[in-house]
Amino acid sequence: MGLVPGLIKGLGVTGGTMLRTIFPDGLKKPIPNPVKGAETVQYPHEKESPPTRARGVIALHEENCTACMLCARECPDWCIYIEGHKEKAPPRRAGGKPRKVNAIDRFDIDFALCMFCGICVDVCPFDALFWSPEYEFSEPRIADLLHDKSRLAEWMETVPAFEAYEAGSEAKVKQVPPT
Amino acid sequence: MSASLNIIGELAYWQQTGIRVGAGLAAVLLIAGTLVYLHLFKLVSFMQSRLGPMEAGPFGSLQLLAEVGKFLQKEDIFPRKADRFVFAAAPFVVLMSTFLLVVVVPGGPDAWFIDTELGIYLAMAVSSISVIGILMAGWGSASKYSMLGGLRATGQLIAYELPLILAVIGVVIQAGTMNMQGIVFAQAEGSIFGWDGIGNPYILTQGVAFLIFMIAMQAELTQAPFDMPIAESELVSGYMTEYSGMRFLLFFIGEFATAGVFSAVAAVLFLGGWYIPGIDPNDNIMNVLGPLVMLVKIVGLTFVVFWARFTFPRFREDQLQKLAWKVLIPLALANIVVTGILKVAF
Amino acid sequence: MTSISDREKLSYIAAQAADARVNVELETEGMTLNIGPQHPATHGTLRIIAKLDGEQVVAVDPVMGYMHRGYEKLAEVRTYPQVTTLINRIDWVGSFANEVPFILAAERLMEVEAPPRAQWIRTILFEMSRIANITLFLGDMGLQVGAVTPAFFAFRDREHVLNLIEAVTGGRFHPNFDRIGGIKDDLPAGWITETRRVMKKMRQYCDEIEALVEGNEIFQARTRGIGVIPADIGLSYGLSGANIRGSGVDWDVRRDNPCGMVHNETDWKVWTHPDGDSFARFWVRLQETRESTRIIDQLLDNLPSGPIMAKVPRIIKVPAGEAYVETENPLGVMGYYVISKGDLVPYRVKIRSASFNNISITPWLLKGVYVPDIITILASLYFILGDIDR
Ligand code: SF4
Ligand code: SF4
Repeated sequence: MGLVPGLIKGLGVTGGTMLRTIFPDGLKKPIPNPVKGAETVQYPHEKESPPTRARGVIALHEENCTACMLCARECPDWCIYIEGHKEKAPPRRAGGKPRKVNAIDRFDIDFALCMFCGICVDVCPFDALFWSPEYEFSEPRIADLLHDKSRLAEWMETVPAFEAYEAGSEAKVKQVPPT
Repeated sequence: MSASLNIIGELAYWQQTGIRVGAGLAAVLLIAGTLVYLHLFKLVSFMQSRLGPMEAGPFGSLQLLAEVGKFLQKEDIFPRKADRFVFAAAPFVVLMSTFLLVVVVPGGPDAWFIDTELGIYLAMAVSSISVIGILMAGWGSASKYSMLGGLRATGQLIAYELPLILAVIGVVIQAGTMNMQGIVFAQAEGSIFGWDGIGNPYILTQGVAFLIFMIAMQAELTQAPFDMPIAESELVSGYMTEYSGMRFLLFFIGEFATAGVFSAVAAVLFLGGWYIPGIDPNDNIMNVLGPLVMLVKIVGLTFVVFWARFTFPRFREDQLQKLAWKVLIPLALANIVVTGILKVAF
Repeated sequence: MTSISDREKLSYIAAQAADARVNVELETEGMTLNIGPQHPATHGTLRIIAKLDGEQVVAVDPVMGYMHRGYEKLAEVRTYPQVTTLINRIDWVGSFANEVPFILAAERLMEVEAPPRAQWIRTILFEMSRIANITLFLGDMGLQVGAVTPAFFAFRDREHVLNLIEAVTGGRFHPNFDRIGGIKDDLPAGWITETRRVMKKMRQYCDEIEALVEGNEIFQARTRGIGVIPADIGLSYGLSGANIRGSGVDWDVRRDNPCGMVHNETDWKVWTHPDGDSFARFWVRLQETRESTRIIDQLLDNLPSGPIMAKVPRIIKVPAGEAYVETENPLGVMGYYVISKGDLVPYRVKIRSASFNNISITPWLLKGVYVPDIITILASLYFILGDIDR
């Protein structure tokens, strides 16, 4: 036991926190303003902005996707459903042979199953999937958590630009395709 | 219970009683509500860097109504093996003790519920009724957790009744009366070494007794650090575990109202009750100002109660018994002896 | 179909039979108190069957497995990169630390080593998950002995660390950031400055806890001399981490057997306490949190530049072999024994998680204590249910 008994010190800590919460500008300017002093965020009224890399929801850039199925295969709980078909596209150069491209008919991600691991975004070889930090997509019905191709494409607008790296890094900053 | 008491004196007995009962109910419930909102919802939240309820009304001020509404519409569940009558009656017994306790607290020269020579004696007597209620709750619930909680509560409340009463005796000796009004007047008219600027609130001469009273009061209220009977991390909720809805709400009100009423008793005994230094205590204006003064003192004292509650961890059962029997009771006895000697000497 | 009342009768009989079974197993009479599986003190679904004589414990029997998720079996049908997302969820408050030993075991089998910058960042995140985890313990310990406020402080300040973890990995609780041969991504700009600020804050938090909980006389009365584990008994039960260091055993895998991480590049200290009681375990964890903030500060000072991934094939096939790697996780020593048959998926993964061993000492430790002390001792042993049941 020091000079001040621990009991009093403990009261000091809680009392101090209370004063700091009520008077965030310090006791010299005693204007009570607990809304500023508290550490909590009043959620529906104000929102915290998650960091750029936050894994909120998956966005699909449809033009890049070739229906290669890599993401569906690597997903640990197999919650990506893809159907595609081959179609003829006009040749790249005039007079050439018509190209075969893969078009996707169906691209669904079931967010009720998804565990937000990020593997699908990682493995996509054609940069068709991106993370958006958007997190407000809860639904009253669990079936509505299955986002289809157009819903996933809408999330593309919320994908932020990749941020720069810390000094000493050799990684290249990736680009988000324009929508 | 205000300035119009001269008129009250002219009413029939049943009318007077009606007014006093109504005022008592209002006093208990209003005080409990104020304490819950101000301390539990707001100041404690600030201690924890948060805001507390903010949605219902400005700064969450109507949250209390929402809470009461929530409890009222919940189902009143009886455990299958419960002793139904005992289980159902327990919360009322606890609450009864609180309401009986409030009647001795005076709010002004004429603003009192009952004015009896046995005031503080009666208070100490009725305050122990709640033990029976708690034991009933613990036994009636037919649950092991409740049983343990009830037994712990009984042991604790009985152990702390003693220092509580012994602490009061010092005040009674000094005031020379057990009448609560008499104690207030004794403080208002007393003087400190001949200087009577603020009267003589007994906290100055009975400081030790005040400390003992506050500690014992914390224990009587089963607030941390003496909340072993509730001990939510081990006994879930102690004797309240099986209660829901209305009856839980009664326990809840009882808890906070009792905190307020005990603080009122402490304010009367040690802080000079309702009087304001400089105003003649027999002035009619005190019937209006008195209750306000009491309210301020109650809020101040209960703040200390809640501050300690949300800061300290809890004692173990044997440790808190040791504290009562080995520290508080000898101290209180010594205090009585010293007070008695000084009383005779001067 | 039985009618409802019949079913009620059946369930009643079943409950009685279960009680009787417990009585026979423990060979005593008296009150049986079931603490858990749903109980506020066991933060999860641990069930402790305590035979009481009054308030004194005659015998206890911890029942585990209410949350068993079969990760060892699940891992056998997941590719190596997929396994990390599962094992994130073992100790869910210090999740990055779960990935590291598994990845290290896989790296050892593949004979690759992460480049220095990756090792540095890995160590930083590893220590950060320790801080996030133990911060919670420091507050929770206060809560279990009855003080409510420390828990709120814990959640308040843990938030800062979680934000940092999220800014790098993208996930607050389940980072899934460690990769065979390195880490997934580099640090974002501005992160280092922010980290230094937060580390200062965490040290402040430790001071607050010291004043609020550790220095409190009531807390000391509740924890000192309670639940004493002698070093030899602790070792024979396989205790690890702060639990065994609280008994005075100077053993820390981070220092003694470093593997794939760079703690020893910094100047740090392993804290021990000779007493072996609940207070000692709390004290050791508090000091360790401070030490971790210092380790992170030092690592940030000399973070090397360079790549963050070694050369690994895109499709990971781990050569046949066996490897066991253990690391000093927030809860204690965690190890993975990985057997590979050269496939895409591991042939067998055995997880040695710290809490399982830490909790298995309870029958010995809780004999003869009082009911309130059960809670203090359990809290001071600090287990996470996911880490017990896997
Ligand atoms: S984030 Fe993981 S679980 Fe979700 S869809 Fe992608 S791979 Fe599947
Ligand atoms: S999103 Fe990427 S990985 Fe998935 S099918 Fe399309 S191109 Fe392939």
